[in-house]
Amino acid sequence: MSAQERQAWTIRGARVLGGEVRDLYVSDGVFVDEAVSGARVVEADGLIALPGLVDLHTHLREPGREDAETVLTGTRAAAAGGYTAVHAMANTDPVADTAGVVEQVWRLGREAGYCDVQPVGAVTVGIAGERLAELGAMADSAARVRVFSDDGHCVSDAALMRRALEYVKAFGGVVAQHAQEPRLTEGAQMNEGEVSSVLGLRGWPAVAEEAIIARDVLLAAHTGSRLHVCHLSTAGSVELVRWAKSKGYPVTAEVTPHHLLLTDELVRGYDPVYKVNPPLRTAEDVAAVRAGLADGTIDVVATDHAPHPVEAKDCEWAVAAMGMLGLETALSVVQHTMVETGLLDWAGVADRMSVRAAVIGSLEGHGRPLESGEPANLTLLDPAASRVIEPNALYSRSRNTPYAGLKLPGAVHATFLRGAATVLDGKVIDR
Amino acid sequence: MTNPAMRVVLDASAVNRALTRIAHEILERTQGADDAVLLGIPTRGAHLATRLGERIAAVEGLKLPVGTLDVTMYRDDLRLKPTRALGRTEIPNGGVDGKLVVLVDDVLFSGRTIRAALDALGDIGRPRAVQLAVLVDRGHRELPIRADYVGKNLPTAQRETVQVRLTETDEEGDAVLLGIKSAGAAVKEATK
Amino acid sequence: MKHHLLSTADLSADDATLILDTAGELARLADRPIKKLPTLRGRTVVNLFFEDSTRTRISFETAAKRLSADVINFSAKGSSVSKGESLKDTALTLEAMGADAVIVRHWASGGAHRLAHAGWIRSAVVNAGDGTHEHPTQALLDAYTLRSRLGSLEGRRVGIVGDVLHSRVARSNVHLLSTLGAEVTLVAPPTLMPFAIESWPCSYSYELDPVLPKLDAVMMLRVQRERMDQAFFPTEREYSRRYGLHADRMAALPEHAVVMHPGPMNRGLEISAEVADSARSTITEQVANGVSVRMAVLYLLLGGSEPAIGTENDEGGAR
Repeated sequence: MSAQERQAWTIRGARVLGGEVRDLYVSDGVFVDEAVSGARVVEADGLIALPGLVDLHTHLREPGREDAETVLTGTRAAAAGGYTAVHAMANTDPVADTAGVVEQVWRLGREAGYCDVQPVGAVTVGIAGERLAELGAMADSAARVRVFSDDGHCVSDAALMRRALEYVKAFGGVVAQHAQEPRLTEGAQMNEGEVSSVLGLRGWPAVAEEAIIARDVLLAAHTGSRLHVCHLSTAGSVELVRWAKSKGYPVTAEVTPHHLLLTDELVRGYDPVYKVNPPLRTAEDVAAVRAGLADGTIDVVATDHAPHPVEAKDCEWAVAAMGMLGLETALSVVQHTMVETGLLDWAGVADRMSVRAAVIGSLEGHGRPLESGEPANLTLLDPAASRVIEPNALYSRSRNTPYAGLKLPGAVHATFLRGAATVLDGKVIDR
Repeated sequence: MTNPAMRVVLDASAVNRALTRIAHEILERTQGADDAVLLGIPTRGAHLATRLGERIAAVEGLKLPVGTLDVTMYRDDLRLKPTRALGRTEIPNGGVDGKLVVLVDDVLFSGRTIRAALDALGDIGRPRAVQLAVLVDRGHRELPIRADYVGKNLPTAQRETVQVRLTETDEEGDAVLLGIKSAGAAVKEATK
Repeated sequence: MKHHLLSTADLSADDATLILDTAGELARLADRPIKKLPTLRGRTVVNLFFEDSTRTRISFETAAKRLSADVINFSAKGSSVSKGESLKDTALTLEAMGADAVIVRHWASGGAHRLAHAGWIRSAVVNAGDGTHEHPTQALLDAYTLRSRLGSLEGRRVGIVGDVLHSRVARSNVHLLSTLGAEVTLVAPPTLMPFAIESWPCSYSYELDPVLPKLDAVMMLRVQRERMDQAFFPTEREYSRRYGLHADRMAALPEHAVVMHPGPMNRGLEISAEVADSARSTITEQVANGVSVRMAVLYLLLGGSEPAIGTENDEGGAR
């Protein structure tokens, strides 16, 4: 254990999960009952203590797109956002479809040390949607992959999706589907609706997401295997997942922070910072996903943090890349859209941004109660602070945040990864 | 609404007497005005040109061609103010080639409007001669331009403003007023 | 403050009328021996075309030259397929050349908006057609043509027929004509009608014949044959039969009604040769009017210290 990890801590007067005010004591990487001598003190009066956040959906871009982000810069951004674990999606270059690549990503995460990196394995070779990748090898590797996803692309072939769902049962895996019927979304640029018809941009209809979800929840039921729905974005999708859960089907779902807040009206200025997949939807969809997250139909908030280099967004809409940054603003957006509106309390935030994600990802040591004996993965949030989002002040290597200039509530005060402080006083601690 | 700081220097009858006199002068100096064409500069110059045409017809029974010449596109001060709307240009059927063109305007001040009118006229054709008739000459020329026919010579200070009212465009009836108005209006007047 | 003409949706009724009235004055220029005005002397106007269009480019070039502006033609390579120089780099080059106005035709919807609002250039931007979004000067010359043939547009019924979904001309015309008080009816098969058409300021029909007898003008849109391969309609024959304007249908129009087409035409598909060449057709006038209307737009944007029309430079983007 490094010197940083051996540091003991006394966190004084935090509101644990927004409720009871008490002190927390950390020693040798776990929570303990009493203060330890030599412990550094963090005055946490007024701060909310949450289990370290867990992201089920992050793009760290390494290997292959290090101009946009690396495991190092991405995990620093994650720590700044209060995260202690992120699931790194497989659409890298080369694709993470072998034990070799997933182990490389896992190792890069450990070496950087800011946040646990749990690699996601691709479902198909090269994410080409044709043949299954060596899912077993990835599961058995040092990276211990449990979440498999072709994210970026949909596993649209029904037979292939069925086989994938069946196959991962052998090692307790879960298939995370990017629901997008390719034939209904060829050349699609933004949500299909009133705005797209006026702007002359090809539409991405809600049915293209919902049709795949409808099929997949039935396949999950038929195979008895777990399905996780990535970045769900429409009211119809929420209803489908609610129905599936009511039938007891093994389905979980995630929503991104941006789909909790932003709508397709923002596209009217043709600014590609708002170009994302799935696209920003209507106000009705935003209301529905908020309600879905509040009642637990949607299990987790997952950032889909998608860094892009400047030139990929500094151009015409049609040629711009799809994706938005999310790690450093997720907690603030959730506070703004869910806590301040009374839809979710802080205990609920802990559940949707940490506990359930760890369960779905079979991630040990994360999303645990803040109790003696548990690993000290902890986030301290100052809910009374606020900040104006400044792209150049972000820890991410990229700048494509849709919240530039926006004032958002809350600021991460400290993040602890197994007892080591990765963030203190709102700043990332260099390792 | 008459600003109390403005005073009437020509009332309706004086205006009309001046126009009648100009009509006679035109007929005299052009020896019958057979090849004359009256072109008024919009807005008020155009109405004055029409009135002159009517008076000449009344006196001599001679119907002169009357038209309008908008000079907006030829102004030398376009970039000093927001883009202006265009006025109507209507050249009578016989054109201007070889004719005696009499330009008609309400107020002659710096002379720049007339300079623009000469440029505009040059792109339309080649008159044999060009003369200028104005209701009021208020001095302060910035270019070597002079009027051939003047309704009234009116000495003014630079900062004063001259307002011409005509029944065709203004409710209160024919009049010429002189005085000090708001700064904005003075700038507007100064570019004539 | 630089203003732009990006979309007819940004034009108020007063703005639009000012453009049409100004175009009317400038149209007389065509009768003079010297078809030139000195107004934009010393200004530089750049034609930045990312999509081929000899017709529109020549129309803008003529308009700019008649106002004595210097014209630079920049035919930019670069599509989603063949990536040439980026739009941003092209824009920065133009800025360095000191363009006062950039007339841009781009294959991407929103291309003109990006050029105007991204902060790369300070010139005024005129949208000469961006993807399937808008083509404001086309709508303006269409309105001008209608006005000269029919008088005031208030209460006039105009039908727009064809591939509305992919038509920037249709979008611009719907905004402009309804702003000027006309009633627009769109006619197309359901596959070529925009999604959420009910929210547009016009009515629509999937059938052409019931609509024709009530129209004062019908505008036929070009239908691309490639759309057939994408299952938008089964065959050319079926399209022409159901939505083509042939002589019989022309006879169903009221006597005074005119037939318009933005060009280029697919003779025999959306419009028969007979109709295109008939006296009712305004197709050649539309081309002539294009120059006057474009002169009016350039004059109103550049002919003073501040433009008389257009969207302001800091609007549109969310930054």
